[in-house]
Amino acid sequence: MSSGELEIGVEPTESFLLTTHYSLLTTSLIDLEEENPMHQTTYHRASSVSEAVKLLNDADDGKYVAGGQTLIPTMKQRLAAPSDLVDLRHIADLKGIEVSGDKVKIGAAATHAEVAENAALAKACPAFCHLAAHIGDPHVRHMGTVGGSIANNDPAADYPAALLALAATVHTNKREISADDFFVDLFETALEDDEIITAVSLTVPEKAGYGKFPNPASRYALTGVFVARRADGVRAAVTGAGENGVFRAEAIEKALSSSFDASALDGVTIPADGLMTDIHASAEYRANLIAVMAKRAVQAANG
Amino acid sequence: MGIEGIGARVARKEDKRFLTGLGRYVDDMVVPGMKHAIFVRSPHAHAAIRSVDTKAAKAMPGVIGVLTGAELKNDGIGNLICGWMIHSKDGTPMKMGAYSALATDRVRYVGEAVAVVVAETRGQARDAAEAVEIDYEEMPAVTDAVEALEKGAPQLHPEAENNLIYDWEIGDASAVDQALDGAAHVTRMKLVNNRLVPNAMEPRAALGHYDMAEDHFTLWTTSQNPHVARLVMSAFYNVAPENKLRVIAPDVGGGFGSKIYVYPEEIVCLWASKKTGVPVKWVADRTESFLTDAHGRDHHTEVSLGFDADNRMVALKVDTIANFGGYMSLFSSCVPTYLYATLLSGQYAIPAIHCNVRAVYTNTAPVDAYRGAGRPEATYLLERTVETAARELGVSPAELRRKNFIREFPYQTPVIMNYDAGDYEASLDAAMREADYAGFPARRDEAKKRGKLRGIGMSCYIEACGIAPSQAVGSLGAGVGLWESAEVRVNAAGTIEVLTGSHSHGQGHETTFAQVVASRFGVPLEQVSIVHGDTDKVQMGMGTYGSRSGAVGASAIVKALDKVEAKAKKIAAHLLEADESDIVIENGEAKVAGTDRTLPWFQVALAAYTAHNLPEGMEPGLKEGAFYDPTNFTFPAGCYIAEVEVDPETGHTDVVQFVASDDFGNIINPLIVEGQVHGGLAQGIGQALLEGCHYDPASGQLVTASYMDYTMPRAGDLPSFQVSTTNTPCPGNPLGVKGCGEAGAIGSPPAIINAITDAIGNNDLSMPATPQKVWAAMRRNQ
Ligand SMILES: Cc1cc2nc3c(=O)[nH]c(=O)nc-3n(C[C@H](O)[C@H](O)[C@H](O)COP(=O)(O)OP(=O)(O)OC[C@H]3O[C@@H](n4cnc5c(N)ncnc54)[C@H](O)[C@@H]3O)c2cc1C
Repeated sequence: MSSGELEIGVEPTESFLLTTHYSLLTTSLIDLEEENPMHQTTYHRASSVSEAVKLLNDADDGKYVAGGQTLIPTMKQRLAAPSDLVDLRHIADLKGIEVSGDKVKIGAAATHAEVAENAALAKACPAFCHLAAHIGDPHVRHMGTVGGSIANNDPAADYPAALLALAATVHTNKREISADDFFVDLFETALEDDEIITAVSLTVPEKAGYGKFPNPASRYALTGVFVARRADGVRAAVTGAGENGVFRAEAIEKALSSSFDASALDGVTIPADGLMTDIHASAEYRANLIAVMAKRAVQAANG
Repeated sequence: MGIEGIGARVARKEDKRFLTGLGRYVDDMVVPGMKHAIFVRSPHAHAAIRSVDTKAAKAMPGVIGVLTGAELKNDGIGNLICGWMIHSKDGTPMKMGAYSALATDRVRYVGEAVAVVVAETRGQARDAAEAVEIDYEEMPAVTDAVEALEKGAPQLHPEAENNLIYDWEIGDASAVDQALDGAAHVTRMKLVNNRLVPNAMEPRAALGHYDMAEDHFTLWTTSQNPHVARLVMSAFYNVAPENKLRVIAPDVGGGFGSKIYVYPEEIVCLWASKKTGVPVKWVADRTESFLTDAHGRDHHTEVSLGFDADNRMVALKVDTIANFGGYMSLFSSCVPTYLYATLLSGQYAIPAIHCNVRAVYTNTAPVDAYRGAGRPEATYLLERTVETAARELGVSPAELRRKNFIREFPYQTPVIMNYDAGDYEASLDAAMREADYAGFPARRDEAKKRGKLRGIGMSCYIEACGIAPSQAVGSLGAGVGLWESAEVRVNAAGTIEVLTGSHSHGQGHETTFAQVVASRFGVPLEQVSIVHGDTDKVQMGMGTYGSRSGAVGASAIVKALDKVEAKAKKIAAHLLEADESDIVIENGEAKVAGTDRTLPWFQVALAAYTAHNLPEGMEPGLKEGAFYDPTNFTFPAGCYIAEVEVDPETGHTDVVQFVASDDFGNIINPLIVEGQVHGGLAQGIGQALLEGCHYDPASGQLVTASYMDYTMPRAGDLPSFQVSTTNTPCPGNPLGVKGCGEAGAIGSPPAIINAITDAIGNNDLSMPATPQKVWAAMRRNQ
């Protein structure tokens, strides 16, 4: 490989794997070298959390990569140019989905497709699987990960609504963070620079449902509402709509606390203050969608 | 007529290679020593260029050359042209601003090319492009055509005062005003035809190769009309004389009009190849496609349609402002004039029509013809206005249309066009039957029980295809003739090659044209090959756009076939010792009518080439060429009926039924025609519901520059279409065909919007009718 081309920081024996891996991210490794749509970067595959942290800290300006469904397009548009990529998807500790009793733990590297298709999870919390099954398209679902999605905290992403409504816990290599504290602002979380999400955990709710109105172009949530009834009360979280990202809708929680039925939401209106306006939807329209999607979420929860 | 002749549902011959990944597109072309170009593009909508510094970029790894507009100018490369002269109503010629392939002193839209980097790899070229230092002085921008005409608006070109390119009119203004004054009812509307991004599946690409030994250029390019590209590049851009320039348009993955034009990148790749001494390839990425492919539509229109007391149309008045973007693209000027205003009579007998069109510069990508080009704009405003009039008059939209249909042909409209044939009532009746129009109220009531608002909408469109009689378009300002050419070569063993000036980029010519030939001689389809898209192989031709390939391209083939057949008959008569007038050629043989004396087709061909026994004085060979110049446009027409269900809570629209009844004249291949209609409908429904190109008005940035924000129709957005045809053969061409490539995109948008406004009971709705817009319109009801 001549200078100026992509440098690969893995053993040659792994190059086949790497090719297939990257072929899903971009076109193929061969094309990547010729086309090099992104700035030069060095790829590392970490096999443990501690190795990943070390690789990142040793790098000039490194970044973790998981499914690459957000990061790689950003790099191809040359809006990000990390010197090094540290792949987390092959760390055993980050994989797997466990359901035991009313406890659920989902590894950060679980793909959306794995979440959507997990039979035990579908029994425990079908709404969570339903949500995952409606992220993007099959390609995105087979590459994108739970950890990547919540670390990115796109204001239109789906998982943040589920995690917040389910009062989930985000596990990292350093600590446990409640969902209430984790999602800070648009594309901003409580994570420190080198902190790695290892898993998310939650307690199975009595009932839960997700209502999503997809953005007609991107199919992210133009507005999505996740409602959950738990022993300690009802929580409703809204994604896609808030100026500061995912948030809890108190009016909806209050109405549903008295009766967990769609009819309890009749007449509930959501103020447009604090909601986003963009070319796809005004704040007023999003306010309307919050009420409508909340109803549909409750209907789904009551199945 | 054999099973694979005219009228047979033959699967497309070309699909095998397309579907198995064996198609060969410009990006598949590899020339020894080939290097890669990346363009440095303006990040600003409007700015003066103070300086361009290429020093750092030139020092980057792998860089072979970094070239600028100043060098292009120095080398005498000409500015881009617009090939159709329009005069304003005051008699002055259109005001065209200078359009250089690489900007020199000013940029006028985001994405405009300023410099080009040629490097060993695309990656290196990309890296170096970022190192080209351009000092811009930002200027205020205007993206909206109406605002661009206002006092104090930013001015784009010194040549075009107030950004006005032309102020053109057609029709009798005073007759129209008088008729509207005396009308019993006038329906008035303000309508916007939304700007669209073409989104061909294959992005534009160019590979320029200068051969120093021969002093000869070759350009592989994504073109719908390689000969026109060569002509324009030779005659106006001084790239190379025609005999020193070969243009090849290989497999092209969709065009929809956007690949008619000669773009800056094609010129630059050729010039840069000579300049740097290496073949230069450029392939647009999707963002470049969004930013720089010529966009479509973008009209603001006020319309008044008057009726007498008997609900007959008396006059139509139209005032349109058309957004042209930052520069005039190659055929931009004719789109909102002769492809638009001349169709404003629609299917109706309207005694007086007047249309005024102002063409305007703005800080956006150039706008030019896009599937339908002018006819969708005309159809949208007429069909929304007629539907609205029916509601205002309290009459059935179908019956109001029926009452006003043109019924006698030929029919001279007040806006140039002379319709040759049609039966609009037949399409209307067929569509209403297919849609079970009478059963709609029951379906609406049933939908209501499910909480859905169901609406029905209709559109009766007309369009003009078979572009176009050369003398006529010449008198209207066209810089080219719009005939087509063909050469039919019968090989010595009887197989046949047809060289056509039409270009196929999805239309299926390799199949339909072969069917025309197979029909004529009764030879198997696989013995016929269609050659197109290479100026070194094919005689001069005019290319494919405006649904002209069947009506004009195939007519040229028929003319050439006539000549071949005449000669073949002479040979057969000689060999069979019969009278020429007794020879018929069918089922792959020549025979003497009424006898059992026959000669296989291949022996006729062989005799022509062995020349051992030809009629006295006959030249050897069996190969004939023809040029066909149409005598008129053709006029496909039809009736589309859409049914939608709107979710009252979210404003989301589902198209639940779509019926298309088209009159395309005779049909060569129904399967391909249906495919063309399906594709057109998808694009038209896309325009109506989903696609809206949006520039930020303050910064002039293209907000919808990717599929994250620009909504392309997906299969799930569309119903299963119910398509059928009626037939009044076109009297103007030998096959009686009209053209089907654009109808779907032309007729469907108003049908969809009429259905939604019917469902929600509010007519104040613009395209694309996104859920939020429909919801907002419903709220305005309350
Ligand atoms: C076409 C398309 C459609 C989409 N539609 C949807 C949709 O409908 N709904 C939706 O919610 N999302 C959607 N997405 C986003 C998708 O879900 C992404 O997979 C997700 O946002 C990012 O996950 P990833 O694993 O790909 O992360 P990457 O892109 O690899 O990384 C994203 C960011 O997270 C960081 N990161 C990744 N893993 C970790 C970790 N374990 N710990 C700490 N930091 C980490 C990375 O450093 C990076 O900054 C879509 C994406 C595409 C391309």
